[in-house]
Amino acid sequence: MAPGRALRGTGVKSPVGYAADARLRWTEGLPWLAAVAAFFLLPDHLSFGARVLTYILFALSLDLILGYAGILTLGHSAFFGVGAYAAGILAAKLGLTDPVLLLAVAAGAAGVLGIATGAVILRTRGLAQLMLTLAIAAVCFEIANKATPLTGGADGLSGVRITPIFGLFRFDLFGRTAYLWCLLLLFGVWWLVRRLICSPFGATLTGIRENPDRMHAIGAPVYRRLVMVYTLSAMIAGVAGALLTQTNQFVGLNVLGFEPSGELMVMLILGGVGRLYGAFVGPLIYLTAQDVLAKQFPEYWYLGIGLMLVLVVLFARGGLLGIADGLVARVRRRAWA
Amino acid sequence: MEAAASSLVSIAFHGVAYGMILYVISVGLSVTMGLMGFTNLAHGVFAMAGGYILTSSISRFGLGFPLALGFAFVLVATASVVLERCLYSRLYAASELEQVLFTIGLIFMAVAIAQLIFGTLQQPVLLPDALRGQFRLLGREFPAYRVFLIVGSGAIVAALWFGVERTRWGAMVRAAVDNRVMAQSIGINTKRLFALTFALGSGLAGLGGALGAEIIAVQPTYPFEHLVYFLTVVAIGGLGSLRGPFVAALFIGVTDTACKYWLPQFGAFFIYIATIAILLWRPAGLFGVRA
Repeated sequence: MAPGRALRGTGVKSPVGYAADARLRWTEGLPWLAAVAAFFLLPDHLSFGARVLTYILFALSLDLILGYAGILTLGHSAFFGVGAYAAGILAAKLGLTDPVLLLAVAAGAAGVLGIATGAVILRTRGLAQLMLTLAIAAVCFEIANKATPLTGGADGLSGVRITPIFGLFRFDLFGRTAYLWCLLLLFGVWWLVRRLICSPFGATLTGIRENPDRMHAIGAPVYRRLVMVYTLSAMIAGVAGALLTQTNQFVGLNVLGFEPSGELMVMLILGGVGRLYGAFVGPLIYLTAQDVLAKQFPEYWYLGIGLMLVLVVLFARGGLLGIADGLVARVRRRAWA
Repeated sequence: MEAAASSLVSIAFHGVAYGMILYVISVGLSVTMGLMGFTNLAHGVFAMAGGYILTSSISRFGLGFPLALGFAFVLVATASVVLERCLYSRLYAASELEQVLFTIGLIFMAVAIAQLIFGTLQQPVLLPDALRGQFRLLGREFPAYRVFLIVGSGAIVAALWFGVERTRWGAMVRAAVDNRVMAQSIGINTKRLFALTFALGSGLAGLGGALGAEIIAVQPTYPFEHLVYFLTVVAIGGLGSLRGPFVAALFIGVTDTACKYWLPQFGAFFIYIATIAILLWRPAGLFGVRA
């Protein structure tokens, strides 16, 4: 079957056609084991860990539309930012401080923006779609930048107060609560996304990515499916944004605009786009490298990021997990021979 | 009444000057995207390079202004051919996502390199004496450099349009935009045509960046900050068209200037809203050959 234009050559393959294999493999437990182990072994880095988990959630939402549905977007930060600001404004200005409620509101706000913009941009393709996502994100950025009384503008929104989760677990200074809270939510969303990808709905998405015209021809409701997944992805991104607000107790203007969208894309590409666990590996490695290298060699950091992107596109289209898959396949072949 | 008229004239004048520069920078992007189907987000890098070549060849090497402009064009065009042959050409058949990622990577690298060489500060432009001061026309004063920009860009645009509409090379480019496979099969060397057109487009971007260095500040974040504007010109104008981006660039130039003058608190808001509205109305752009 001829691969479509969106993801051709990324090395994404599935043994059973477009529907992913729904059985759990033992390797899928590894990320969760590692996350729990990190909680006990690295108690000094839990705030950083919470940030990584938040970005994994964010990357998962992008993977859903970019990797599985093949929607090319440069403005995914709009939903992240709307979620972050919705939670921040409610908590700082209106005194709504319950974390669960804030997450729900953020998901709702991002979802409404997702369905409103998705209904429009998903009618277009190619450059027009790319430009529309970019312009919508830019409008969100401008609003946040100019509506200073609400958002704090360029100074950011401070004074965000969050009450304990379920009235029991208070956000502590070491990030213990934040880490576990993020991990719990990530687990929930991972389960949801995994179920979705393995369902017929997920198979439709992959089909649309590979060949929208043929999916039309066999009677799949292409546009409706795309709007649905776009809205869902927006809601997940909104939850990730609200999580960032809750763990930082601050919202900066840098959650919106082109830069966070581009950065997120870099993370996802590094891990491997169109793979569930690419969204796990990418942010972990990117943020760790940023934490270590960007402080020591700030002037070379972007040079390295750029070089990495170019090299991944030219030589390793499946990202790190694609490389790992290739190695595993080679070892297996050698073992058989 | 007189004050309103003079602010209108002033906005139209500065807007047109800005729009002309936007067009000279972006027209290459429209042609290469229409011709090769390559989503080149790194086009602004060529404009930035042109700006840096102009400012540093004047301030560091003491070259004259016209010579520095020529340098900006030639160096950027030459460098772009090397890039096209070594890197871009490998990705002509690749997916849109890969082209976007690859060119974002190029932007990141260019930003870092510019920062390493020139630092983060804005580069000052040393204009020759003839282009400083004011120019009197119909009882009004206009900044001489902006007048030069409008006239100079106008000449470039005229030469470009003549080249595309009246010469053999232009006919080949138009043929390849309309139907690449057919153009190839009647014996047009599309590979060489691509390289040549790409070089010309990038060279023009370099020239535009150099000419406009006084309007659009030359600093390392240039390719990121103005990416939306260059892409907007192309998207509104329509891929593969010469006239479309011209109309779009003038529209953006004048609207942006007017908004910044009358409604500075709204920033670039209206440009984005207008872009969204136009793209919803005509996804292929105003004069687009195809979506």
